[in-house]
Amino acid sequence: MWELIQSNKRKTMVLFVAMGIALVLLGYFIGSYFIRGGGIFGIVMALFIWFILSIISYTAGSSIILSVSSAREVTPDVHQQLFNIVEEMRIASNLPKTPKVYIINDAAPNAFATGIKPENSAITVTAGLLSKLNRDELQGVVAHEMSHIANRDILVMTFAGIMLGSIVLISEVFLKGLWFTGGSSARYRSKSSSDSGQAQIIIMVVAIVLAILAPIAAQLLYFAISRRREYLADANGARLTRYPEGLASALEKISSTDLDLKSANKVTAPMFIINPLKKKGMKLSDLTSTHPPTSERIKILRSMAGGVNYINYQNAFNTVKGKNSVLMPPAALADQTKIDIRKASSGMESSSNVKEKRTLGDLMMTVNKYAFIACACGLKMKIPPDYKEKSITCPRCGRKNEIPLGDITAISKVAQNINI
Amino acid sequence: MTALIIILVIIVVVILMFVSMYNSLIRLRNQVKNAWSQIDVQLKRRHDLIPNLIETVKGYMTHERETLQNITNARSQAMNATGVKERAKAEGELSGAMSKFFLVVENYPDLKANQNFLALQEELTSTENKISFSRQNYNDQVLFYNNKIQVFPTNIMAGMFNFKEETFFQVEDKSDREVPKVSFS
Repeated sequence: MWELIQSNKRKTMVLFVAMGIALVLLGYFIGSYFIRGGGIFGIVMALFIWFILSIISYTAGSSIILSVSSAREVTPDVHQQLFNIVEEMRIASNLPKTPKVYIINDAAPNAFATGIKPENSAITVTAGLLSKLNRDELQGVVAHEMSHIANRDILVMTFAGIMLGSIVLISEVFLKGLWFTGGSSARYRSKSSSDSGQAQIIIMVVAIVLAILAPIAAQLLYFAISRRREYLADANGARLTRYPEGLASALEKISSTDLDLKSANKVTAPMFIINPLKKKGMKLSDLTSTHPPTSERIKILRSMAGGVNYINYQNAFNTVKGKNSVLMPPAALADQTKIDIRKASSGMESSSNVKEKRTLGDLMMTVNKYAFIACACGLKMKIPPDYKEKSITCPRCGRKNEIPLGDITAISKVAQNINI
Repeated sequence: MTALIIILVIIVVVILMFVSMYNSLIRLRNQVKNAWSQIDVQLKRRHDLIPNLIETVKGYMTHERETLQNITNARSQAMNATGVKERAKAEGELSGAMSKFFLVVENYPDLKANQNFLALQEELTSTENKISFSRQNYNDQVLFYNNKIQVFPTNIMAGMFNFKEETFFQVEDKSDREVPKVSFS
């Protein structure tokens, strides 16, 4: 783990320097195109845009993402098992503080982690994920997300995203501006002297080429890092749980759904454990996707043999990919004690289809602060939080049921235990 | 004059090196203690849950007095054990008794439908997991610390200030290694 974090930090520095140079060059040439000797001004402007985006992401990034995804923070009584699993993985990854837990009220199964620092991180899952997965699978997903937090992946991806965003923004504005003005500034200045006119044309060409190429290069770099990090989080998840099959079968269930996650968009999509926007049958090209092909991730996890440490994952990776590529830094592979795969936990079979739909419905209503009242005839009634009457008539037997006075949410907890 | 300055500088550097070595040993020892207290929390949690569990299942499992008695005995032994080695052994036996119990539970569909029991089962499963994860973490910390005590130059420091090696938390329980036997009688 330690070696992985260190090597992540080094790689991140290289990435930032490369993207930073692209940003500075872009700023310089665009600046000198618009204003004579305005290169420095262009650089300042580019860095200013980058700085503003960074400040926003650093201070409000997680809360923006969570609210855009309509995720809601929940208390342990909504889903005790999820909280238990998060705490287990916190212990396993030796983090100082347990991340907060958020739930998205959506039947499409998926999950993501937020938080630039491990101290104020959060793990978000959808209601569909909770109803579809058994304990081992849920543990695999949480372990994957916990690895993103522990490895500082969120920090890296956020700042890589900002660099990419700045480069794309500046290039777009420049190219659009060029289209509308028709390069008039260059023509205007070319009158002064033929010498500087020639220089101006060179600057214009370089600026246009940069504005076209820099965003593409930055994007490819970003995608490559993102994919690598997904593999690493899988490897780490398998190591934390000692049960690769849990994560593998969770990935299989998540990818086999044909439901759409409504609140996901192009910006938040790379954060999820499996790209929520990727429709079935639509195969994105390998270079331009933020996630490795899910079938490949599953295959690697399932071909881990003899143990669950990083070497086992690297070997499985090489076997499935059919080539020797270095996924882990050698330092992380050097000193590895053998960790055995554990047995599946017993009595935790996944539930039937009908029961699954019912738990999903109940869960979504609990998150929305619905109350549950059990009628004497055995029917469980769901009462919305804005229900004003003092009693409710059971639709099946016609009995009148008193609604306990006070906060409707207070009784929801009691009623949950009845669970008919 | 210059010789004096050089000697002084060397002395200061050596002192600084010693201070930092000493501090790193202290830090590692504290990490071991901290990791141990994390296991301790989970073990206590398990001890607290067991009476609840016995109370809940007693009515259902009248034919399994022996299994339940084994758990109770293992629990009281684990609670009275002192020292890392003894505790590891006693807790290992308790883990064995618990896993046997959960195998037996499969024969009682009524019990498996009981909400109270399901909540308890989830709590116990999670606690067992937390114990094994915090044990792994403890052993990692002990490994770091013991390595530091054994290697040069920190071994000199460790000898001077009486830093002792810590014991690993090894579970010596056969049922952990054995594949559980299933009988269809």
